[in-house]
Amino acid sequence: MKLQNAPEKNQLLDFYRQMFLIRRFEERAAEQYTLGNIRGFLHLYIGEEAIAVGAISTLMLQDYVVTHYRDHGHALAKGMDPSVVMAELFGKATGSSKGKGGSMHLFDIGKRFMGGYAIVGGQLPLAVGLALASKYKCEDSLTLCFLGDGAISEGEFHESLNLASLWKLPVIFFVENNLYGMGASVEQTLVFHDEIYKFAQAYKMPAVRVDGMNVVQVMEVTNKAVESVREGGGPYLIEAMTYRFRGHSMADPSEYRNKSEEERWRKKDPILSFSKWLIDEKIASKKELDQIEQEIEKIVDNAVQFADESPFPEPAALYEDVYGSK
Amino acid sequence: MAQITYREAMSRALREALKDERVFIMGEDIGSYGGAYAVTKGFLEEYGGERIRETPISESVISGAGAGAAIAGLRPIVELMTINFSFLAMDQIINHAAKVRYMSGGQLTCPLIVRTVTGGGASVGATHSQSLEGWFASVPGLRVVVPSTPYDALGLFRSSLQQEDPVIFVEHALLYSSRGEVPDEQYVVPFGKADIKRIGTDVTIVAYARMSMVAMRAAEDLESRGISAEVIDLRTLSPLDGDTVAESVRKTNHAVVVEETWYTGGFGATVVGLIQERAFDYLNAPVARVAGSEVPMPYSRYLEQASIPNENRIIQAVESTLGR
Repeated sequence: MKLQNAPEKNQLLDFYRQMFLIRRFEERAAEQYTLGNIRGFLHLYIGEEAIAVGAISTLMLQDYVVTHYRDHGHALAKGMDPSVVMAELFGKATGSSKGKGGSMHLFDIGKRFMGGYAIVGGQLPLAVGLALASKYKCEDSLTLCFLGDGAISEGEFHESLNLASLWKLPVIFFVENNLYGMGASVEQTLVFHDEIYKFAQAYKMPAVRVDGMNVVQVMEVTNKAVESVREGGGPYLIEAMTYRFRGHSMADPSEYRNKSEEERWRKKDPILSFSKWLIDEKIASKKELDQIEQEIEKIVDNAVQFADESPFPEPAALYEDVYGSK
Repeated sequence: MAQITYREAMSRALREALKDERVFIMGEDIGSYGGAYAVTKGFLEEYGGERIRETPISESVISGAGAGAAIAGLRPIVELMTINFSFLAMDQIINHAAKVRYMSGGQLTCPLIVRTVTGGGASVGATHSQSLEGWFASVPGLRVVVPSTPYDALGLFRSSLQQEDPVIFVEHALLYSSRGEVPDEQYVVPFGKADIKRIGTDVTIVAYARMSMVAMRAAEDLESRGISAEVIDLRTLSPLDGDTVAESVRKTNHAVVVEETWYTGGFGATVVGLIQERAFDYLNAPVARVAGSEVPMPYSRYLEQASIPNENRIIQAVESTLGR
């Protein structure tokens, strides 16, 4: 791995901390799902952690993030409290949405994490609106919008890129190309599947592809995009090549993928490859990384305990938060 | 007190709204063209392109960007040229704008106003003549406003601007040139307060939007036949003023519910439901419904007129309900 502007050791260790947090958080969530404490859909981000961590590390607090339903990684990377997120997954009153959102709908307005949305492509128009608000208010903030390869086939993708480019809005569309939209491969569903980032050309938008398994490269590429957007260059598109190591959701045994493909990608595990690099390059010792892992274990233990011990919402909460005005 | 048109009332409402810097308007052909119904004529020159934003023909991103700007603290007004085109924006309106408050546990507020145009009668065929406001009214999280007069249009729009929730503000295509008195002084028409447009003792006719006007004409005719009809204009479908409707029916003991859209799944069924729940013991006859014919809207004028409820059909329904 060659670094253009080598980040500080602290930042690199923080990348490791965050990626490991997301990994362990989700492994524990999967375990709680099998115990029946988490219900419904649980879409795991395992394998894709380098993207959320690398990309979001380039933002300032006032920048907005919106994303899709595979949203735990983005939420934690934007600074959401793991306990509050886990409580939301448990459907508890102490969850980020008081138990009304669930895994796919995490929000933290204070952190400007403006939500996980569960209709493919649905978050893109909202991202355009958030970016429009930043520009309209002359506020120095941008919007980072994550989407999957599946969203490219939605009309909302094209409507959103066109309008964002037409109005030169401060928004980055970040495509996490994990090669599958649920059970169908991108080859099966998209004509122009091998270079998705080039869709941006149709909207005169700068675009780049990056290795989504490499946190530092994701950070560097996103940094460039952020600079361009902040300088008023209008929207930007990034495509990161990645792979989800688990099924689409907990209900999916992933039988449509062949095992050799899965093995090939597992060798690129963004966390294992990063820890090896940190040690090989003598940036961090095994002991330092172990220590980080132990800290994270505690945080995740606490999150599970907090979620488990928290109360379910009172029945009266059912009708709260439907309307803001009477 | 000045006589102005429904169109002028809407233009005035939007000019007032634009006094708030957080308000901007976006939609198709609202700029140089002045809006398909000329409500924003001259606005682009007066307010500039930042406030009056011409958009591509992209109903989904127009509505969704409105919702996105609203959750970021602005007060966008989105114009969807007609309610028929709202189908292309359903994901953003129903899956997103209507639900972000609830899904976020009250963290997000989405004060988006979507102005759109409903109704048939202009010979514009099957895909440009529908009345779909009742569909929106069934979605928790949305407010649905259906003014029938210039007075209500302005007063209800002022109330819409005070809302913390997404509002679907539905204007009727055939009412833009209708005139009515609008006071110069400030007033608002609150949400959830139906208008008793005419007091009567024999039957309650419930309607909204243009059908309120048709019901009023029917009531005048009925008067000459010795029947005293009370006419209630709902003004907002969500919230729905069940109190006013139930109280009236308890007095008249008869009800006829009128709407322009199809019978099956029409909003009128909800009104009938609340009447039987809240005034069943007071009813002397089953509640009658008058609705549009269950066909795609035909182009040809006489066929079209045959499909839209008119005075005669309301009069017949009233007389049948009263056993005359």
